[in-house]
Amino acid sequence: MKRSTIDLWVGLFVAIGIAAVVFLSLKVANLTPQSADQTYTLYADFDNIGGLKVKAPIKEAGVVVGRVAAIQLDTKTYRARVTLNLEKQYTFSRDASAEILTAGLLGEQYIGLLQGGDPDELKPGEHITLTSSALVLEQLIGKFMTSFTGGNNKNSASAAQ
Amino acid sequence: MTELLLSPLRRLGHSTINAIWRLGFITRFLLAILRYSGQSLLRFNLTIREIYFAGVMSVIIVVVSGLFVGMVLGLQGYNTLSRFGSADALGALVALSLLRELGPVLAALLFSSRAGSAMTAEIGLMKATEQLDAMSVMAVNPIARVVAPRFWAGVISMPILAAMFNVMGIFGGYLIGVVMIGLDSGTFWSQMQNNVDLHYDVINGLIKSLCFGIVVTLIAVFEGYDATPTAAGVSAATTRTVVTSALVILAVDFVLTAFMF
Repeated sequence: MKRSTIDLWVGLFVAIGIAAVVFLSLKVANLTPQSADQTYTLYADFDNIGGLKVKAPIKEAGVVVGRVAAIQLDTKTYRARVTLNLEKQYTFSRDASAEILTAGLLGEQYIGLLQGGDPDELKPGEHITLTSSALVLEQLIGKFMTSFTGGNNKNSASAAQ
Repeated sequence: MTELLLSPLRRLGHSTINAIWRLGFITRFLLAILRYSGQSLLRFNLTIREIYFAGVMSVIIVVVSGLFVGMVLGLQGYNTLSRFGSADALGALVALSLLRELGPVLAALLFSSRAGSAMTAEIGLMKATEQLDAMSVMAVNPIARVVAPRFWAGVISMPILAAMFNVMGIFGGYLIGVVMIGLDSGTFWSQMQNNVDLHYDVINGLIKSLCFGIVVTLIAVFEGYDATPTAAGVSAATTRTVVTSALVILAVDFVLTAFMF
């Protein structure tokens, strides 16, 4: 076979291979070139983050406005410090609140932001002060059980009287 | 009586020494390939020719297998996931299983039987017909002229073939999940995109296939070079290539998976 034909086929082969890798990175892994100048960082301290993971979405009114960049334990207060990477186009007021929510009953956890009414905006690197923790199902069941048995005791106590 | 006891021991010792000797030989063979690679990569058209025979000719089998594997994953995944009411996760299931395991491993298995066996047979026959010796006589290094181009062709082709396998598999899963069963196309892709990480899944899968490329082609060229120079020897070497590659691919896959994920 002529050398130019072989060159052509190999060139086509490599080009298709590169196209496949590009497809896998862009369409399948959803690589969006998100450099640091397009996002800014906020922090939020939670008592309990439940099953929140790095790269979990941050949503305001259901719209994804950023992703969780890092989760650390603050060794002074023993609260979880979550680093939020938010897109520059979305700014939030000083009294915005963050809560950890669950998609569906047992789905993945995400951070829900709620815009406040303060005219001052949060600047990069500042903390969201109003936070509420993740709903831990076991704790909820535990509380429910204790209140249930407590109620029973009260009933039995009133019956005894 | 002692001979009766000693002869199985002697056989065991012989096969152990033989196995270790072959392991050492294949390592030195790899070093020799790397040493003469510069020389052979200077004449890159030799490697391009081998990429054509090893890589381009394997595209059809890889693409068709990838499509069918993806479609099977789509069907089986849907059957199982729908039992738990999470058929939406089908895109993530198909993409993750292909990118992490099935793509690199199956493409490497196909490559070893399609291209690796051909390499072994070709080099083995060159040895049997004394072409390699003739090259040495003409002061042409057979490792630089014959072995190294084939080795690099395999190493270059393998990740490309694995990527093609992945893309066709995901397309097959899409065909079954979205076109045939009727899942929502947007959910299919967004579930996939939320769960697939570029470095963790895509790059690690490509690293895997690169390792398989090195291993499979090294075994193929080594078995050819080491073949007994007879018709029976070449046929035995070809068989050994396919069997050894398959086992080594699965073993290396286990080790890589344990390290990566």
